[in-house]
Amino acid sequence: MAMLSFERKYRIRGGTLIGGDLFDFWVGPFYVGFFGISTVFFALVGTAMIMWGAAMGPTWNPWQINIAPPDISNGLKMAPMMAGGLWQVITVCALGSFVSWALREVEICRKLGMGLHVPVAFGFAIFAYFTLQVIRPVLMGSWGHAFPYGIYSHLDWVSNTGYQYLHFHYNPAHMIAVTLFFATTLSLSLHGALVLSATNPGKGQAVKTPEHEDTFFRDVIGYSVGTLGIHRLGLFLALAAVWFSALCIVISGPFWTRGWPEWWGWWLNMPIWGH
Amino acid sequence: MAEYQNLFTTVQPTGPASSGVPLPPGDSERIGPPFFLHLAGRLGNAQIGPIYLGWLGLASLLFGTLAFNIIGFNMLAQVDWNPIQMIRQLFWLALDPPAPKYGLSIAPLNDGGWWNIAGFMLTVSLILWWARMYRRARQLGLGTHVAWAFAAAIWLYLVVGFFRPVMMGSWAESVPFGIFPHLDWTAALSLRYGNLFYNPFHALSIVFLYGSVLLFAMHGATILAVGRYGGEREIEQIIDRGTASERAGLFWRWTMGYNATMESIHRWAWWFAVLCPLVGGIGILLTGTVVDNWYLWSVKHHVVPGYPAVYVPTIDPALLGVKP
Repeated sequence: MAMLSFERKYRIRGGTLIGGDLFDFWVGPFYVGFFGISTVFFALVGTAMIMWGAAMGPTWNPWQINIAPPDISNGLKMAPMMAGGLWQVITVCALGSFVSWALREVEICRKLGMGLHVPVAFGFAIFAYFTLQVIRPVLMGSWGHAFPYGIYSHLDWVSNTGYQYLHFHYNPAHMIAVTLFFATTLSLSLHGALVLSATNPGKGQAVKTPEHEDTFFRDVIGYSVGTLGIHRLGLFLALAAVWFSALCIVISGPFWTRGWPEWWGWWLNMPIWGH
Repeated sequence: MAEYQNLFTTVQPTGPASSGVPLPPGDSERIGPPFFLHLAGRLGNAQIGPIYLGWLGLASLLFGTLAFNIIGFNMLAQVDWNPIQMIRQLFWLALDPPAPKYGLSIAPLNDGGWWNIAGFMLTVSLILWWARMYRRARQLGLGTHVAWAFAAAIWLYLVVGFFRPVMMGSWAESVPFGIFPHLDWTAALSLRYGNLFYNPFHALSIVFLYGSVLLFAMHGATILAVGRYGGEREIEQIIDRGTASERAGLFWRWTMGYNATMESIHRWAWWFAVLCPLVGGIGILLTGTVVDNWYLWSVKHHVVPGYPAVYVPTIDPALLGVKP
């Protein structure tokens, strides 16, 4: 049954959002539920579409397989299957399976009496994907502005889109997003390292306490955010990074069409500087 | 459920400040009487201070302040000592490394020499701070995991500012101090070496950067979600697993078929965060020293397709003996 020693008492009925008891069961370690079924459905259809696209394409090299969105001239219409229609179906399937996955997490949270932090956090990631693939293309009037599905082809899209705005590093929301990405990674390393250092103090030494953790950071930088605070801080930094990433791309095109270095002119030309 | 999502501390009990775990003999006294900041207490601990200074901390701050001031006064000199223009142009100002003609020699002060001095001071400051991290952990009887994670960041710093310039034979290869100038350096490096996105170590580094953010979102959210069971008491949960750990583990097991333990999630966290600058540094060190064009390198290794032959091939002028 693939159950952990303590697992049986947690496997109780109920907590489903939809479907009642019908899909309320486990397969191996996986909880199923209605949204497990819908996740698998969308994931299988989407993967099959990717395989179909690859079979029709020029290569099976996994680095080079590419499913492109419709041409920009296609606008926001449905496209023929081999001219971006596949990409449209795959995008619908991706969103369907992401949202199903999040709702399945909600059901699991309800079973375990947990807060909904994880599915809400995942919602931020889904929102960022939705911004890139739906909101921005719709605002710009064509699906062709979305990114293609492929390992190196999506990197090419990032590179090309960045240079369309001359130098994307000057995008203020991008600057904040990157700062938050680095800050989150720094905080994660500090948190992981601190817990490991307290629980692995060296051969023959007693495991240390949260008081030692707090003391270490107070000694070093004068402040320790604490065992609860670090998880709030980490979650906040991570979600803010995702939020500003979505912001930095949605303003590029719909709200600013020139080079990002030029955007900073308002700062240099403020009347307060005098001359 | 809506009433207890544990995002902020609503009631803050106050008591005497903690002076911290006693220090072993030979250490100096902690300084700065602790005080409480209500806003900090909404998120985490309200207590600010005390801090341990010690001679490592003092020396690190001294060198760091010198570097900061050298950079700042160079920028101020560039705007003719006008503080208003300093604020106005702050993001554009730079302390640049020496020009290529100086190679690895010490350039005149106003032609990159100050950059050498500021870089040296900053490096000394960082290494002293590393020693302080190591020493503070040891003095409290903790493992040295924080210091070694910090060492990974110092590795990347030394690659871009020291190892790679030395291998390339010129300080000019290094990064300028300044907000926009260091972003310009990043873009220029990418363009010069055939787009860094085709550098597999850069790709891995980004994977670990995004992976770290994903992990912290997952971990932070999981711990907050089991906050009502005392999930944030991680050390206790590691040595004596309670219902918070069990629920947190089962959540991921039921979601994706696998779960970390309360201890191993912190090992995942440490490695993801550490590998980001570690492999990133390898990627930068190889750029220009071993690989001249990451796009052509990727074509050669069948990772990306070559350009379609739209134009008549142009012979690289460098191959005809033309000097730039």
